Amino acid sequence: MGKKQLRRMDLIFANEHDYKEILSKTLKTPNQYIVEEMINSGLKGRGGAGFPTGLKWKLTAEAKGKTKYVICNADEGEPGTFKDREILTQVSYKVLTGMAVCSKITGAKKGYIYLRSEYKFLVPVLEKELSQFHLLCKENNLDFDVEIFLGSGAYICGEESALMESMEGKRGEPRNKPPFPTKSGYMGKPTVVNNVETLAHTFTIFKYGAKKFRDLGVQDSRGSKLFSISGDTPTPGIYELELGMTVQDFVDDFGDSDCKAVQVGGASGFLVPRKRFKETAIGYQGKLTGISLPTGGSMMLYNSSRSMYNVLDNYLDFFQEESCGQCTPCRVGCQQLVKGIEAVKRGEKKASYLDVLLKLTETMKVTAKCGLGQSVANSFQSIVANFREEMIY
Amino acid sequence: MANQINLTINGIAITINKGLTVLDAAGKLNIKIPTLCYHKDLCIAGNCRVCVVEQTGTKKLIPACATPVHEGMEIQTNSLVVRNSRKHIIQLLLSEHNADCTKCYKNGNCELQSLASEYKITNSDFIDLVPHKNYAYDDLSPSIIKDDSKCIRCQRCVRTCHEIQHLSALSVAYKGNHMKISTFAEKPMREVACAHCGQCIIHCPTGALTEKNYIEQVWDALTAPSKHVIVQTAPAVRVGLGEEFDTNSDGRVTGKMVSALKRLGFDSVLDTDFTADLTIMEEGTELLTRLKKALVDKDKNVQLPMFTSCSPGWIKYLEHTHNNLLDNLSTCKSPQQMFGALAKTYYAQKRQIDPANIISVSIMPCTAKKFEANRPEMRDSGFKDVDYVLTTRELAIMIKQAGIDFANLDDEYFDKLMGDSTGAAVIFGATGGVMEAALRTAYEIVTGREVPFKNIDITPLRGFEGIKEASIVIEDALPDWDFLNGVELKCAITHGLENANQVIKNIESGKAEYHFVEFMACPGGCLGGGGQPIPTSPEIRQRRMKAIYAEDLHMPIRKSHENPEVQQIYKEFLGKPLGDKSHKLLHTHYTPRDRN
Repeated sequence: MGKKQLRRMDLIFANEHDYKEILSKTLKTPNQYIVEEMINSGLKGRGGAGFPTGLKWKLTAEAKGKTKYVICNADEGEPGTFKDREILTQVSYKVLTGMAVCSKITGAKKGYIYLRSEYKFLVPVLEKELSQFHLLCKENNLDFDVEIFLGSGAYICGEESALMESMEGKRGEPRNKPPFPTKSGYMGKPTVVNNVETLAHTFTIFKYGAKKFRDLGVQDSRGSKLFSISGDTPTPGIYELELGMTVQDFVDDFGDSDCKAVQVGGASGFLVPRKRFKETAIGYQGKLTGISLPTGGSMMLYNSSRSMYNVLDNYLDFFQEESCGQCTPCRVGCQQLVKGIEAVKRGEKKASYLDVLLKLTETMKVTAKCGLGQSVANSFQSIVANFREEMIY
Repeated sequence: MANQINLTINGIAITINKGLTVLDAAGKLNIKIPTLCYHKDLCIAGNCRVCVVEQTGTKKLIPACATPVHEGMEIQTNSLVVRNSRKHIIQLLLSEHNADCTKCYKNGNCELQSLASEYKITNSDFIDLVPHKNYAYDDLSPSIIKDDSKCIRCQRCVRTCHEIQHLSALSVAYKGNHMKISTFAEKPMREVACAHCGQCIIHCPTGALTEKNYIEQVWDALTAPSKHVIVQTAPAVRVGLGEEFDTNSDGRVTGKMVSALKRLGFDSVLDTDFTADLTIMEEGTELLTRLKKALVDKDKNVQLPMFTSCSPGWIKYLEHTHNNLLDNLSTCKSPQQMFGALAKTYYAQKRQIDPANIISVSIMPCTAKKFEANRPEMRDSGFKDVDYVLTTRELAIMIKQAGIDFANLDDEYFDKLMGDSTGAAVIFGATGGVMEAALRTAYEIVTGREVPFKNIDITPLRGFEGIKEASIVIEDALPDWDFLNGVELKCAITHGLENANQVIKNIESGKAEYHFVEFMACPGGCLGGGGQPIPTSPEIRQRRMKAIYAEDLHMPIRKSHENPEVQQIYKEFLGKPLGDKSHKLLHTHYTPRDRN
């Protein structure tokens, strides 16, 4: 992959004064055309999992049942991401527009914004926006109502099925899949769950068309994406960048010229060491893009003053606390990983115990019930593989 | 066909119905996939992950219990990755588990232990997490011991208490490494809304939930020379006990049980069925009296429908959850407590033994009976009416400890004086049995005729449906009861407290109108009780029910009022049903309790 100029975009936060017209226009467009545009745009879920958004809407539209729901996942909890909060502060109307169009396509009459409890301060802002939005829906003869649901602060509730359990008043624990939410979601009804940013991007597609979105990015990773940039960087903050960039290009722009590693995708993501900066791209995993890392947008930079042991210990401690605790590999596996690396560090276990733990993460990856337990392996394996000596000494 | 799915498991093709799971399909091929959180009585949780299998084309393993079959699936249940993963998961569970197996009450009947043995987990690389945990041990309840150090968080107890028993006395608390099964505000079990039914115990795969056992106390009593130790056995015990031994019977081991109890050294082996017959006399009369007061005297203080009161789990449930309805409960004590009160009065007098020297033991399919025996109001004889309650399981332990070859025992008979019983009493052990027995007697009291069903089997009352209804129109009543002429006596039968809650809701909303309702706390009635052998399943309960009705058919007398010892006790001691002495010894009152 050659050197590529990092393209900074300004689509998401651009204030679109004609949004009411865009909404009316889109609501008059045939469903099939909108879904096709969505699929053609290549938009994938921006929460990190990367499911094609157009397909999700299509599946839910086709699912049997009168009652359906649209949920905006604003439980932004991945360590190192803080972009959704900004979207909801500045351009929540784009998110609501996306929800309204989704309602029209799927037939959902009720929508929810699942807001993480730490964002409670946004409630008045959103309520104000919602009252306007509801008037707008009426004007456009759209029978759609959106309500805010405040979470209680569990990381796992960002996982869509745990999120819905939580909304149903139960413990926030992931469900068995299948069935998937598109078939049986909130209250057992077909449900679309989209990330805040995903919904905001749909506005761009409605206004400018699929092509403009698709022209950005590379093969399997289309469009732009918000990145929450933190750690050892002189310029932390939220940036909208074109997908497909290499980590090297990213570090050139945002690093402090002593960057040792970048954690892409938060605690559940991967650590990229300096020697792999050039060959690693940021985007969704696909056949054509080579080593490509998906991300919900969290980019944490570490310079040479950081101990990667401490970094890993911190992530693992986070996971052992934030696992819902229901499934064995995740609940006990996380505890074993924390205790395990600590024992190696203290010299109570041989260095080769790291290999036992690596095998354990392989098991966690294939047996854990949800994405949380499955993805603990990502940071563990990438950090231990690249900074093994820091784990031991 | 659209409703048939073709798949292969370990290369063997199978066609099964849509909607079934990979676990079901493997079962049909006699391929065993290990499970822990899975239980036939409960909804699917898919949280232990022991049942993961490999599906061709999918990188992640899938839980066999939670994955519906789909067309063309190729499953491997014993591939390298499956074996390694499974072993890892068992090791992880063991690392969080206090594996002091030789000191464990469930040693030998533990699903985790069996799995560890099957997979030969002789050592584990993982760190023992138990010393890092602050596991709670709660033995304050008279019925249930909860040892968190043995818990594997499969949530079978949580689902049991929620889905079957509508109490949620146990639920999941905290998350991640702190996640545990706990009670409201982490109070001891005895302080929360727990029915003491023990359904959690028989659904627990490990030793995390066990009965509070009184085995040593009973051994002590049996060896104390000055004590006269008597034992009563509940109807459901005789159709469950055999499961603990290698017996080739149809499940009925009454004669062997009596024989074993005599060998254990009990001075008198008696039958709770005797007081079950007595219950019918008292409760039947109470029902007719209530009907008279309500229908003839128009007494507004009489509560109908009347609820049965022989299931102490049900009583405790009602005291916690619907204590506005306590007046609907029959005031009759349960057969166990009637027996206890009579043992230290009537029996003591007849046998000329100082009641202070009588130790009264009962063998019950039930853990709630342990709580019941400890209720302060259960001392009407002037002593603790029932001293120790053992479950079917504890009796089996004692028989094994005594070196008795149970399977080869000859049949023996109950001792006389509170040892006679009828078929009507035996069926108390099955859901619908109390109702059927009551109708057999009440109908005859009212009309002078037998219940007009072939062989007096009242079939609508039998079976495992959660809520059953029956009605019987009274015609040509005897002069004393002619106010009942033309009355359609409406009855309902329910088992499992979730179903009980439904019945109560129907009654309170006016959706259903009954005169008499039989409630049993446990699924299937006492035969599915929390003190019965482990495991339990719908099939096992079905087998026990069959045995109960076989036992009934086999009894020479099948109606309670025809029990000669019952007739004798009224003549010599009690006078008449609901008489003064009955009132003092055989009836009780109830206590409203908090919902939490």
